[in-house]
Amino acid sequence: MNAIFTPIITTLYYALIAFIVVLIIYNMIKTRDWKKEIVYVIILIPFLLRLFMLK
Amino acid sequence: MNRKDIIRKSLIGFVGLVVLVVAGIRFYQHRHFKEQVVIGDQVKVKKLGNYFDGVKGTFNDCNIYFIEGTEPGATMMILGGSHPEEPAGRLTALVMVENARITKGRLIVVLSANRSATSVTRPSAAYPQLFTIPTAWGGQQFRMGDRWSNPLDQWPDPEVYIHYPGKQNLAYMDIRNLNRAWPGRANGTLTEKTTFAFMNLIKQEKVDVVIDLHEAELQYPVINTIVTHEKGQDLATMASMTLTDFEGFSIGTEFSPKNLHGLSHREIGDYSDAISLLLEAPEPFLDATRGITGAEQLLEGKDAFVVKAGKHGLLYAPIDDKGWPIATRVGRHTSTVLQIMQSWNEFHPEKELVCEGVPKYTELIAKGLGAFLIDPGSVAKGKVVFE
Repeated sequence: MNAIFTPIITTLYYALIAFIVVLIIYNMIKTRDWKKEIVYVIILIPFLLRLFMLK
Repeated sequence: MNRKDIIRKSLIGFVGLVVLVVAGIRFYQHRHFKEQVVIGDQVKVKKLGNYFDGVKGTFNDCNIYFIEGTEPGATMMILGGSHPEEPAGRLTALVMVENARITKGRLIVVLSANRSATSVTRPSAAYPQLFTIPTAWGGQQFRMGDRWSNPLDQWPDPEVYIHYPGKQNLAYMDIRNLNRAWPGRANGTLTEKTTFAFMNLIKQEKVDVVIDLHEAELQYPVINTIVTHEKGQDLATMASMTLTDFEGFSIGTEFSPKNLHGLSHREIGDYSDAISLLLEAPEPFLDATRGITGAEQLLEGKDAFVVKAGKHGLLYAPIDDKGWPIATRVGRHTSTVLQIMQSWNEFHPEKELVCEGVPKYTELIAKGLGAFLIDPGSVAKGKVVFE
């Protein structure tokens, strides 16, 4: 059971990260507030580090 | 979106990209940093994957160092790196690989039992990524690690970790803790597969004694001690008494709780013929009340806040301004391992394990740890392997 579910859950987890990355980038492009743009970039970094399997 | 917006967003995005690249390079370099180990003529290196295909080629397919004497005898396995944030365990294993000469029996040494955990540091804890042991030839660098496998190798964690086969409920992150994953299973997580492979190794190589090397915070009651499975109570008690009387430091004995599952001192003893022991040395770096978690604090073991905690009676081990230097902690481990061998030989004269060349406690304190590390540049290329 474990051997079947673990890769599925891990794949879903990375798919979820990719989705959140897209959402953050979309919001960063849409906003006109420069402070929010900086916040979006800051929160994007850990998601990208995980997506690229660096951290 | 006008031209001004595009320029501003591009600039902010570029700064973010620079931070991402710089951080990414540092994390990549830490994960893939190659520690050098010099092997003598007596040492043969195998991989953990030789004992279980499930870990072959994974990040946890670590090196297994075999040091075999010319005469038959007992087999002892030394596990370093179960918890790579406890560097004295890995460094003791390294000192043994580079210095041990076995005349009778066989020594099996592991430097990175959970290699994945050597490739990551504690999130938000500001650990140093690397640390250097000073030597006469300039110093040798090592990776600082964490208690748990790297989330890049095993993720996500469950809400509750249910140990197999004990069914005990444990903290969620301990699903990545090698010393909560014994005896492991073939179809489990990477950490469980790793302990499963080690169990195969212990059974196939007919290991008599397994010693798992650890360090602990001074606010933790299991410290400066040998934790033993009931099969090893005579051995641990004899070693503890002899060390306390003759070696210049005191070390206690604790019995492995029967209902605390996943730990090496319990499960290796229960699921194999080997005697399982676990050694704990003091590491102020791990204390919750510590100061700055730099490489200096890690190696010198000095911390004013931990000293203050001691003055308030909050510690289970003594500490003063001299701290707990790494040579002292490694020396406690080497002397304890050597004394366990000696005590084993007294109990089993027909199946001895005779080891020479490994520095003891007083020698390590007098000369420093660096005096017992071999310069990889001074030996032939084939005599250097990488962790």
